[in-house]
Amino acid sequence: MEPQKKSDMQNATHLSGESNASSAKMLWAMVGIGTICALLIVLTYESTSDRIASLQDDALEAAVFKVLPGTTSTKAFTLQPDGKITLAKADDGQLIYAGYDARHQFTGVAVEASGQGYAGIIRVLYGYQPEQEKIIGFYVLQSNETPGLGDKIEKDNNFLANFKALDVALDQSGQLLHAIVPVKNGTKSNAWEIDAITGATISSRSVADILHSSIAEKAPVITKNIDVFMQ
Amino acid sequence: MLQKDNIAKGKDSTGRIADTDAFIKGLWRENPVFVQVLGMCPVLAVSNSAENALAMGLATMFVLAMSNMLVSSLRNFIPKQARIASYILIIATFVTITDYAIQAISVDLHKSLGAFISLIVVNCLILSRAEAFASKNSVLPSLLDALGMGGGFVLGLFCLGAVREILGNGTFFGLALFPEGFQPWIVMILPAGGFFTLALWLLIFNRWKVK
Amino acid sequence: MNESFGNIFINACLVNNFVLAYFLGICPFLGVSGKMETATRMGGAVTFVMLISSLCAFGIHALLVAIDAPYLQLISYIVVIASTVQLVEMFIKKMSPALFRSLGIFLPLITTNCAILGLALFQTNKGYNLPQSFVYALGAGLGFTLALMLIAGLREQMEFAEVPRMVKGTVLTLIIAGILSLAFMGFAGLGNG
Repeated sequence: MEPQKKSDMQNATHLSGESNASSAKMLWAMVGIGTICALLIVLTYESTSDRIASLQDDALEAAVFKVLPGTTSTKAFTLQPDGKITLAKADDGQLIYAGYDARHQFTGVAVEASGQGYAGIIRVLYGYQPEQEKIIGFYVLQSNETPGLGDKIEKDNNFLANFKALDVALDQSGQLLHAIVPVKNGTKSNAWEIDAITGATISSRSVADILHSSIAEKAPVITKNIDVFMQ
Repeated sequence: MLQKDNIAKGKDSTGRIADTDAFIKGLWRENPVFVQVLGMCPVLAVSNSAENALAMGLATMFVLAMSNMLVSSLRNFIPKQARIASYILIIATFVTITDYAIQAISVDLHKSLGAFISLIVVNCLILSRAEAFASKNSVLPSLLDALGMGGGFVLGLFCLGAVREILGNGTFFGLALFPEGFQPWIVMILPAGGFFTLALWLLIFNRWKVK
Repeated sequence: MNESFGNIFINACLVNNFVLAYFLGICPFLGVSGKMETATRMGGAVTFVMLISSLCAFGIHALLVAIDAPYLQLISYIVVIASTVQLVEMFIKKMSPALFRSLGIFLPLITTNCAILGLALFQTNKGYNLPQSFVYALGAGLGFTLALMLIAGLREQMEFAEVPRMVKGTVLTLIIAGILSLAFMGFAGLGNG
């Protein structure tokens, strides 16, 4: 931290431009102010960092509970590049979360996915139950969709009902049997279709695309390694 | 309703008649939002609900109060040539502190205010109070000035946020206000609604000033 | 995240226009949008500073990650942006007095322009790499210029229009900006392709 602080100070003194006053006094003043500021920031950071980390963990855990109904505890796993799934160690990327209910029965996995929406990136967490081959829950972690229209993907009950049991069955070769497709509002007739939101066609389609590409990639790996979660 | 609010606040600080003016002027006569039109980015960006507007206003008020106090207590120590740089350093410090404090209070609130907390740094209101008032006055008047200006800013943000949430979402602090059939004016929550609502409030203020 | 350059550019420039969708840089927007010529110059100056400070912000972020001090992000961004502006000003003054005369008075104003700091913060949040950051800065700068020029053009036309006295000035600019913001919503969805 020390070298960074110093360079800040040099930059800051730069700002003053041409000065006729004694530069030494100015330098001391800037060093003094810089020290006070740095002290205050470090103090705040130290005293809040634990609480912030635990709040963020809670928020993520709450989201996992939401997409995997009945879950009371979770474990984090990592998708390895070689197609294996292992218990996550600290600082692993590409996490998936396995959920367990009160009797330690496996309830499914929560997977994060993201993609381009109507206005910027949409990040979602969805619950996948590999035994039933269904998506059983869906939660938007982050989106910039138009308030009042596109952001219905976060809270419209009819839309969210699509993800209570969305069919994502695989065929013999590990391909998705049916693509996840959005259909016009009120015309959903198959378990793999998504009833789109009127007035938010593009946002609905984006969600379908995000889920489709994520599940097509992850489902075969998860089904193959399903024993890992049962241990 | 605004005026009533103003009078009530004025009564609270009658104990210090000499300093009341430093406090009062920011609330009404020199209101930063409606009269000075300063610090518009957060005013428009996070005023799409009353709750966000209030949180943002209070965060700004906190930064304003703390930086005004520190600037005024260091005012004889800060060299004239480097004063703007010193102010920016001080303001950035308190904004960072506020950022962590809000994260520690609620993750959801931090998510909905987003990057706009960090942007308090470049809110011209804070820099202009440091330069115009805190650098020339002692700590107590500076604090009162900051509370007044900050209060005026909160008031302005809240006026905008309330109108936009009520019309654009049909709710007030998340409580539904209208019967089932009400179709909210979505445009009010959109960025365009921010411009329109601010224009409307400025119009009302202009009319009041002209009279 | 793997966004294509085209997407980043269109998103920054049109869909999420810094002025009309994020309300960043409203102060110069209200202040210097009266005349087409000043608006163009201001836009140019902002785009220029955005490109440079975007590169600086990328470097600082890498450094802060390396020394594990995320809490210094804001303070170092603002200090570096302020000093970059100062340096650029001195550099231009020395190298090209003509350019300095046309940009000169706008440069100090840019220090407190939230669009610049906003850009630095957003590009960090989105986790863009160096070329992506550059495209993002370019799009944001050009989008800012576009919005400023559009408003300036409209305001020049309005100058002699008969409007009620109370509406003149800021109120009129805000109403125009609101309508423009609605128009820009038509671009949404473009960044999808």
